[in-house]
Amino acid sequence: MILAINILLWVVVAGLALLAAMHGRILLNEGLREGSIEFIRLLPRIGVGVVGSGFIADVLPNALVADWLGPDSGMTGVLIATIGGALTPGGPVVGFSIGAAALKSGAGAPQVIAYSTAWALYAVHRLVTWEVPMMPAHIVWLRAAVSLPLPFIAAAAAMLAGRP
Amino acid sequence: MIKPAPKRRRRRAFDWSTAAIAAIALCAAASVYWRDGREHFLAILGSDLTLFGEMLPKVLAGCLIGSFVTLLLPREMVAHWVGHESGFLGLLIAALFGFILPGGPITIYPVAGAFLVMGADAGAVVTFIVSWTLIGYTRALVWELPFFGSDFVLWRIIEALPLPILAGILARIVVKAGYFHEKTEP
Repeated sequence: MILAINILLWVVVAGLALLAAMHGRILLNEGLREGSIEFIRLLPRIGVGVVGSGFIADVLPNALVADWLGPDSGMTGVLIATIGGALTPGGPVVGFSIGAAALKSGAGAPQVIAYSTAWALYAVHRLVTWEVPMMPAHIVWLRAAVSLPLPFIAAAAAMLAGRP
Repeated sequence: MIKPAPKRRRRRAFDWSTAAIAAIALCAAASVYWRDGREHFLAILGSDLTLFGEMLPKVLAGCLIGSFVTLLLPREMVAHWVGHESGFLGLLIAALFGFILPGGPITIYPVAGAFLVMGADAGAVVTFIVSWTLIGYTRALVWELPFFGSDFVLWRIIEALPLPILAGILARIVVKAGYFHEKTEP
């Protein structure tokens, strides 16, 4: 499975590189350079988050996490996770680290999905820093309003489908 | 039409969010070491580093796909496509471009704004942003995979597939009901 995904991704990379090369050598070089620079710049942030979330998960009180957000917490846990996601400040490192730490220390998958969906869609801090300055205000509020039920729908779908 | 921001956002290698998580993680790591000893500490470090290492080729692939798509797919063309389709097909196309277009908020929101200028309705714009947020491949490959692993992410994305369309339909219902007034100028 993991190998298949890797092969598929690199086939896509090769296809796009070929397409770029057909437009000229400069485009190919620029694509390779931009992508690599992006990768190198991201590494420390992702590394800190991934390794950090393991340690954070280990010191979190597992019983408490399982009580509030565990697989048996049901829709109450989903609601708590959704509110938590909406109130989480900061960039992707923060949101993903918290989600991964919660999952490792006993939170249920649907609850973690609700958390990361809510955080991605309407974390207040991100709406105010990114979306409001760059988009017409009425579209921002419309989008946030219709996004409100989505974490619950995602969590419900996850509960019905069960984990793979 | 589109604000001139063709250069991709340069992500800083370190920022305040990362510093905060690093500080919390250091405290957590120290207390794990002090509480459970060296062996447990190394076990956690080892399993996290393994996950991180396994995902690195995918993260690199995600970065490269993102940079090539940015160069090969003119944003004006995308805006034209989304702006001129209406109905359910318009939502589908908006969701598709939300999935395809790479980049962070600085590059995505101007594109969404351009959709409005090109004549797209609020529903299509909502679908586009929700799609980019929930099922966009760059985000999933670069950020989500190293944290959660392939199975979890794939599973989450499959379940999220209908959500962008659903959000767009909801937005259209809300607009039609008169709670929001559509303006074409941002």
